[in-house]
Amino acid sequence: MISFVLNRVAQAAGVLLAVGFIAFSLFTYVGDPINAMVGQDTSQQEKEELREKLGLNDPAPLQFARFIGNVVQGKFGLSYRTSDPVGRLILERLPATLELALCAALFALGVGVPLGVYTGLYPRHWTSRLLQAVSLIGISLPTFLIGILLIVFFAVILNVLPSFGRGETVKFGWWTSGYFTVAGLKALILPSVTLGLFQLTLIMRLVRSEMLEVMRTDYIKFARARGLSNRAINYGHALKNTLVPVITVTGLQLGAIIAFAIITETVFSWPGMGQLFVQSVQFADIPVMAAYLLLVSAFFVTINLAVDLLYYVVDPRLRGSTGGRH
Amino acid sequence: MSPSTAAAPLLQVRNLRVEFPTRRGTLVAVDDVSFDVAPGEVLGVVGESGAGKSLTGAAIIGLLEPPGRIAGGQVILEGQRIDDLPYEQMRKIRGARIGAIFQDPLTSLNPLYSVGRQLVETIQTHLPLSAFDARARAVGLLKEVGIPGAETRVDHYPHQFSGGMRQRVVIALALCANPRLIIADEPTTALDVSIQAQIIALLKGLCREHGTAVVLVTHDMGVIAETADRVAVMYAGRLAEIGPVRDVVKNARHPYTRGLMGSIPSIGGHAERLTQIDGAMPRLTAIPSGCAFNPRCPQAGVRCSIERPDLMRAGPSRAACWLYDSAGVGAPAAREAARG
Repeated sequence: MISFVLNRVAQAAGVLLAVGFIAFSLFTYVGDPINAMVGQDTSQQEKEELREKLGLNDPAPLQFARFIGNVVQGKFGLSYRTSDPVGRLILERLPATLELALCAALFALGVGVPLGVYTGLYPRHWTSRLLQAVSLIGISLPTFLIGILLIVFFAVILNVLPSFGRGETVKFGWWTSGYFTVAGLKALILPSVTLGLFQLTLIMRLVRSEMLEVMRTDYIKFARARGLSNRAINYGHALKNTLVPVITVTGLQLGAIIAFAIITETVFSWPGMGQLFVQSVQFADIPVMAAYLLLVSAFFVTINLAVDLLYYVVDPRLRGSTGGRH
Repeated sequence: MSPSTAAAPLLQVRNLRVEFPTRRGTLVAVDDVSFDVAPGEVLGVVGESGAGKSLTGAAIIGLLEPPGRIAGGQVILEGQRIDDLPYEQMRKIRGARIGAIFQDPLTSLNPLYSVGRQLVETIQTHLPLSAFDARARAVGLLKEVGIPGAETRVDHYPHQFSGGMRQRVVIALALCANPRLIIADEPTTALDVSIQAQIIALLKGLCREHGTAVVLVTHDMGVIAETADRVAVMYAGRLAEIGPVRDVVKNARHPYTRGLMGSIPSIGGHAERLTQIDGAMPRLTAIPSGCAFNPRCPQAGVRCSIERPDLMRAGPSRAACWLYDSAGVGAPAAREAARG
């Protein structure tokens, strides 16, 4: 178990190092950072001096090592656009994105899994067929369209929910939270639904097909022959056996929710990292883009690690046979 | 429990009919099957694949897979009709009064739960025991089915057991609530030959101890001969012959049963060629008129392809064959000839 975790952590470190290299390459190969930093009337000699001072004439491996060293200490440099430390810029935006992603994921799981179980247990019932058809729409509509439709309906026509921003937030140190005010919670509803709808339909369809498969297995038939209640069979035996693929997909999708909240944040003017990233791309603000890249990959790697550990919890066959076979 | 109560049957199956509605019409997979099982008795049900033996077992415990359904007849357990019970009432009978053992022990157990958990949940479903007592009973059951180190093994997962050991766990699961009847559907087919005999001996011993009756569904005549008190032979969804095991094995009445017996090798017997029955069992979509066995029967007469025989007395057994009718196999044709 411990060696498994260490192994996975080492793999994760490798992935992060590779992503770090790509982020580093952004600095070196996407334009000349000196030109971005200095004014138009700076002489060539001053540029050379600055280059030397910033260590840009050192060999690439040395520069890379320095870059990684800074990143590990949380130093991502200064934003080209606002001249603020990148770390601070991102930390300011991080809570908004993480809170939105968490709400979207809970919405997708909390609605998707029960619907998947229902449609898997009663595949012939008309509500299941209807849900299947509707989910196809959910899976094929683009996110921005869903967001705009929701805004039109709930913000413009009904005027019950806000269409932009986070509403009121509460500060906890550097973390700002919208979970503790009514306005903050109301502001979360539309973006969360928009961001989570695709994941919801995906999870529902996945759980459904897994349930259909598991319900045909011998151990479910045998559980019936043992006289277990339907609840014990459906939720205790069948659902748990669908969990491994569901955890895999949910883990990947959670990473995607965080990384690709960009569109939803743009539609709802959500002051999160996605919006920061869009602004940075417009200004070619490479330090911010590089930091964003690293942070998102760190999320993905962490979530994947958590998923691998969850497999262990769910499936005893992966834990290695302690008793051996007789 | 002694067979003193043998007079009142534990299980009565009356004219059971199982149908599968398909697009091309209704298939009759089990047709007019009747038999009794006395308390503590082992009834073997044999037949080729597709003869309807497993479906008969599934129909008794009410677990036919849709679209299969009981289209006629009755199943009566201890005087109570159970084939028409609502799902929830039938669920309370399954596991409590009728246990089941399936063919493949490798797939009968949920891989994600320890065997102890599966035993305890079954025990607590049917018996009013505390978690502690249920666990004690689970360990006791594992000991009873001969699992060494039951106290530690109870917390192990199915993949940590070998096939034979898993089938022992399955038997323990079937015995959880001390049912009066166990339906064992090919309980040894998926096991090594060397393990088969152990499992059969275990099942037989436990059922004798607990006074549990068994309906043992198998295609293995050897298992039947060793285990069963009586045997029912099925062919194309109908009973071909039913009688005491000794009589059926030594002195088969139905030509099909005779063919079946002739195809079993005996150790130390003469090195003759084994006889085989020519042809194959008909598909359910094309069951011949008259006796379903008549195209393959060496003794068939004209009557056999016209009139379907019911079970009739043949020595100590009963066989569905016109050979045991006073009029013989040629009668109706002769009658028709006289008419025409």
